[in-house]
Amino acid sequence: MIGFLWRRLGHGLVSIIGASLVIFIISRLSGDPISLLLPPDAPPKIIAAARIQLGLDLPLWHQYLIFLTNAAHGDFGQSYRWQMPALDLVLQRVPATVELACAGLLFSVALAVPLGVLSAVHRDGLIDLGGRLLAMLGQAMPNFWVGLLLILLFSIYLDWLPAFGRGGIQHLIMPAVALGWYPVAAQTRIVRSAMLDVLESDHIRLSRALGTPEWLIVWKYAFRNAAVPLLTMLGVYFASMLSGAFIVEVIFAWPGIGRTVVEAVFSRDFPVVQAGVLLSSILFVLATLLVDISYSLIDPRIRHER
Amino acid sequence: MSDRALSAPLPIPRLRARLGLRGWPWLSLFILGTVIAAALLGDALSPWDPNDIDLGASFQPPFWMATGAFTHPLGTDNLGRDILGRIIAGARVTVVVSLYAILLSGAIGALVGMVSGFFGRWIDTIIMRVVEIQNSIPAVALALILAAVLRPGLNTVVIVIVLTYWSWYARIVRGEVLSLKTLDYVAFARTAGVSTPVIFRRHLLPNIMNTLLVLATLQVGQVIIFEASLSFLGLGIQQPDVSWGLMLSDARQYITNAWWAITMPGIAIMLTCLSANMFGDWLRDRLDPRMRQL
Amino acid sequence: MTAAPLLEVTDLQTHLHLRRGVVRAVDGVSLRIEQGEALGLVGESGCGKTMTSLSLLRLLPKGSGAVMQGSIRLDGQEITALSEAEMVHEIRGKRIAMIAQDPMTSLNPVFSIGDQVSAPFRYHGLARGGSALRAKAAEVLRRVRLASPEKRLRDYPHQFSGGQRQRIVTAMAIACTPRLLLADEPTTALDVTIQAQIIALLRSIQQESGAGIILITHDLGVAASLCARIAVMYAGRIVEQGPVREIYKRPAHPYTRALLSAVPRLGAPRGGRLTAIPGQPPSLLDPPAGCRFAPRCAHRMAACEQYPPDLAIGPGHSAACWLTAKG
Repeated sequence: MIGFLWRRLGHGLVSIIGASLVIFIISRLSGDPISLLLPPDAPPKIIAAARIQLGLDLPLWHQYLIFLTNAAHGDFGQSYRWQMPALDLVLQRVPATVELACAGLLFSVALAVPLGVLSAVHRDGLIDLGGRLLAMLGQAMPNFWVGLLLILLFSIYLDWLPAFGRGGIQHLIMPAVALGWYPVAAQTRIVRSAMLDVLESDHIRLSRALGTPEWLIVWKYAFRNAAVPLLTMLGVYFASMLSGAFIVEVIFAWPGIGRTVVEAVFSRDFPVVQAGVLLSSILFVLATLLVDISYSLIDPRIRHER
Repeated sequence: MSDRALSAPLPIPRLRARLGLRGWPWLSLFILGTVIAAALLGDALSPWDPNDIDLGASFQPPFWMATGAFTHPLGTDNLGRDILGRIIAGARVTVVVSLYAILLSGAIGALVGMVSGFFGRWIDTIIMRVVEIQNSIPAVALALILAAVLRPGLNTVVIVIVLTYWSWYARIVRGEVLSLKTLDYVAFARTAGVSTPVIFRRHLLPNIMNTLLVLATLQVGQVIIFEASLSFLGLGIQQPDVSWGLMLSDARQYITNAWWAITMPGIAIMLTCLSANMFGDWLRDRLDPRMRQL
Repeated sequence: MTAAPLLEVTDLQTHLHLRRGVVRAVDGVSLRIEQGEALGLVGESGCGKTMTSLSLLRLLPKGSGAVMQGSIRLDGQEITALSEAEMVHEIRGKRIAMIAQDPMTSLNPVFSIGDQVSAPFRYHGLARGGSALRAKAAEVLRRVRLASPEKRLRDYPHQFSGGQRQRIVTAMAIACTPRLLLADEPTTALDVTIQAQIIALLRSIQQESGAGIILITHDLGVAASLCARIAVMYAGRIVEQGPVREIYKRPAHPYTRALLSAVPRLGAPRGGRLTAIPGQPPSLLDPPAGCRFAPRCAHRMAACEQYPPDLAIGPGHSAACWLTAKG
């Protein structure tokens, strides 16, 4: 088990370093990184100093090492819009994004699990067909459009929920729904097909033969088996939450990494863009790692293999 | 996406034999056909000019509302431009971007997947690591940083989509090739000294064609939404070109004045994606039901 | 005054209404098991023996359009009249219990065996609370001779061998001391040495608790080692039943005779061919009106167009064959 953990951590580290390399390469694509990393009105003395500090006359791999060491020390440059270190700026925003991503994932799972289980139990029934329809719609609607429609309905027409900002739960509902809407289809399918498989299995039949009440068979004995494939995919879905959060944050003016990076792109605040992209990658890798660990906790067969 | 294990050797199915005429998803095809027609013929045939600014007619609601009219069937935006016309114009971007992006990412992904699966060992390991690395950067984040460097535009969108989705194809093709490698006629070809490109072209490619086709059609919906998202953020299509995502971004400014400007382009996106997904599902069921878990 | 029979099944019929037609899986089965008796239900695959046992528990697969008819009396009580809730709470796992067929797939992989073995106690109200349930589970695991049960309650099925899993599954069945045990091919998935142990286990359970057993198997040797009486099934019906020695010494029905001769014997001359029964069992979708074995029977007569009734051959021994009528 410990060996497995170290291996996964190793993989994660490789991914993060790889991501930093990709970011570095992209930042050098424009030809003149100075124009990216410093504001256009920077005095020549600052430009010259930055040239030396970034090692711009050094070979590319050396520049990358400088970049990497700086990054490891948390130095991503200064955000010239906010006059503070880019990393600090981004780090401040991380909790908000994590909160939103978790809420979105929670919403999608809370919808997908009952839909999936009930669809499997009442196969081809009304819930099954209705659920499939709902899921199909969900996959065809972009999350930002759902967000806009929600704002139109609940903020503008009904005036029930606030359209912007972060605060109490009433601020979280609409963004979470807009974000979590998309993967419901895929998750429901996974749960449904896993349940259908399990419900046919010998051990469920034995449970039934020995007089276990049906609702327990479905929600306890069958579901825990069906949860396994869903859990393995949760990492993927959390990633899509992080990705989607970028856009949803813009719509709802949610103070997270996404909105910050988007604004930074348009205000040419490249250090923040760099820091934000790397940080979101780290978040994703961490999330996948966590999911892998919890997966081995849920499925005892894996636990003992390691 | 997980690699799937194939238990039996794949026959090379003949497309024509498998696609009979009955049971086709006619509604989806109709909608998709309309979108493609709009893309190809919209410029020439559409009576509603997407760029005709008419401030006097701004914020006109759709025809079924009190102050609406058939001259602007779906209403107008803040500059008096006809929404239906803009939707038709936006179809072109949708079709073009989807086509390019999917073709490119499919081709690149398939090639990489074939190389990875066929040669195995350290090439495979490296390529799979690269896939992992690419997967750890959220797609939109990648788009943002690329746009920051490359400047927004149609090309940027295509590049971003290709860079994001190639790995999906690569992983799945690699899985297929791993199984195909064990087939007799592939092994014979190798020992007979047939050159690798020929093996790729003659033996591997026909067998993975089905999978590629299904993957591509399943992707269309995602790509359309991705393009719309990027354009919405301002990273994609720029004015004066029209994109559905861009329309939504504009409409957001005056959301309280014109609900139709927000709703109509979104419905266009939704219907197109829905049709693409349904068609993709149908195609997958016809050609390769084993891929159901995708 | 003799005690009431443990189980009395009269003309049980289970028909599955499928799209392709009606499958008469169990087509008029009548059985009788005395208190504490072991009956072997023997026949080839597809003859309806599993469906018979499922019908006793009313565990017919959903969506197969199954319809049941006939009488099933357990200790004198007509259980076909019970509601589904009563079946769940009172009968299944409590008065009639099934021992699973394949121990490798019959245990839930993500639950500990402590959880699974204590489940029957929990759901039939025989114990409550963690420690009471654990105690009961350990106790019943000891009865099936599983080594150091308390320590292993937290373990998972994949940590046990095939033979151990069969014992665990047997423990789950005997947990609530059922009146009748249904053992469906309990030895098929195991090797011969383990088979003997399981049969010995079943025998000791029978002696300790006085439970009746229906042993479903296609293996005549296994049936002989445990059961006092045998019922031979073919195409949804019972073609012969009687005391085990009688059946083996004087098999009356041609099918029984064919089954017995098909078993290879030690000491038989080498190079001899195995006797197989020619032909295939009839489809249960549209069974022939007369004797169902007739098409494959070497002794077929004109009278076999008419389905023969159960004709007595000896005490407790009967067969549905016109041959016996001739004497």
